[in-house]
This record gives sequence, structure tokens and C-alpha cells, in this order.
Amino acid sequence: MSEDANMLTAIAFYVFSAVLLGAGFMTITARNPVHAVLSLILAFFTAAGLFVLLGAEFLAMLLVVVYVGAVAVLFLFVVMMLDIDFVKLRRGMQQYMLLGFAVGGILALELVLIVAQHWSLAVVKAGASGVSNTVAIGRVLYTDYVLDFQTAGLVLLTAMIGAIVLTLRRRSGVKHQSGWRQVSREPADCVETVDIRPGEGA
Amino acid sequence: MIIGLGHYLTVAALLFTLGVFGIFLNRKNLIVILMSIELILLAVNLNFVAFSHFLDDLTGQIFAMFILTVAAAEAAIGLAILVVYFRNRRTVEVDDANLLKG
Repeated sequence: MSEDANMLTAIAFYVFSAVLLGAGFMTITARNPVHAVLSLILAFFTAAGLFVLLGAEFLAMLLVVVYVGAVAVLFLFVVMMLDIDFVKLRRGMQQYMLLGFAVGGILALELVLIVAQHWSLAVVKAGASGVSNTVAIGRVLYTDYVLDFQTAGLVLLTAMIGAIVLTLRRRSGVKHQSGWRQVSREPADCVETVDIRPGEGA
Repeated sequence: MIIGLGHYLTVAALLFTLGVFGIFLNRKNLIVILMSIELILLAVNLNFVAFSHFLDDLTGQIFAMFILTVAAAEAAIGLAILVVYFRNRRTVEVDDANLLKG
């Protein structure tokens, strides 16, 4: 890769990383929960940018579709629909701050010390196949990992049924449509033929 | 200036720490705790994809996809539990979940 391309990649990496970490920080410290969710969405977008830099375009798009399109919007709905007293929830934040900073600082220091070394990986170049990332993923996903793929589908089905079962409720005093009663009505039950003589009708 | 594996791992480590910090900071607020877990899972995904790129092995990306699936399922179930909890107790405070006296 040429020098200019490397420079561009580096600039993109630093911009995306800075925005990602800033958005992550905003997510956990924002006063307004809606702002927290919006910061989370920004973090997902910039993480998708980092994925693109890493050549994982399919996962980047998946991140935008699944996280931004579904998960973050779900969070937004819950935050906006429930009447939650967030001021009460923020009480005592200062007293957690110190412990949080201590634990977080130590954890960050340790992780960065371990992780930010010069990595020398025995890179296995699997022959530049010349296909796009999506094609390459599709080739292994539906062959080598087909069982895991199906299991992931089952996990999602379970989650869907679980969420519906948990939140569905029958409220009294609300008019419901009864499909069974509607379908099982017969003409004889509801239509009556009355023989009225001429001139005597009401 | 070449961006190596260490750079990506550092960003992921810092993001992971932010998630853990968020759990500490918002110990009462169930919604922000769920969001912090999403941040942590995002950091893990970043690690997987970075290793997948630098090892030139697609397995990391496949695994990241499964993490994405589980994260989506977890968010759906977690938020459903949160909605039911709020409906019953009129709050989402973690400290109030003490019916089991655990």
C-alpha cells in the first residue's frame, strides 16, 4: 500500500476511534437518557466505520442494520414510552463515581498494557481469493457453520417469543375482537325473516 | 504510519472499560446498564474483527456475527423484562428488585 493510503487509513482510524470513545463516554454519562441512546447510535455507526477499515464490510452493514435499526430504536422506544423518573435514578451517582474511576482506571491500564504491544502474528495468507467480504462470509456461513447459523435463528426465535409472552397482557374493560365468534356466526343466529302484511307495518 | 493490531485492541480495551465504568456509574438505572452491556459486546466484536483481519481468517467475523445475534436477543428480552418490571413496580431502580431477598 502506498504512503498516502496508509496515511488516510491512519487518519480515518484515529477519527473513528476518537468519536467512538467519545460517544461511548457520552452514553454512560449523559444526563438525558434519550441523548444516551443517540450517543449509543453514534458509537455503533463509528464502530461500523472501523469495521469497514478492517475490511469487514458485511459486518459493518449488519451492525448498522441490526444495532442502529433495531436495538437502538428499541432502546429509544422504551426510554420514551415509559414514564421513568430519571432524576431519582441519578441520585448517588457521585458516590459511585470514585469507585467506578478506580476500577475502570485500573482495568483500562491493565488491558492497554497487555494489548498495546507489538503483535507479531504468524499471518496465514489464505491466498487472495479475489472475492468480496460478503461472498467469502456466505461461502463459509452456509457450509461450515450452517448448524451454528440455524441455532442462531433458534435463539432469535426464542427471544422473539419470550419478549412477546413477557409483554403481552389482557386488559379488562377493553373491547377485543373475537375471531372465533366472528367466524362461527351463522345467518340463522343473526338474521330473522319477519312476514309483515301490507298496511300493517309500523 | 501503519495502523496495527495493537491500535484496534487498544480502542476495544478502552471501549470495554467504558462499558464496565458505565455499569458502576449508573448502578441504579437498568436501561443504562443494558446500554453499557451493548458497549461491552461491541468492544468484543471489535476485537474479533481485528484479529480476523490481521490473521486473515474469517472465523472471527462469523463469531462476531453470532455475538451480534445474541446481543440483539439479549436486548429484546432484557427490555421486555424491564417493561414488565416497570409495569409492576413503577420504577426501574435495580435496588428495588428485592422480592427474592437475595
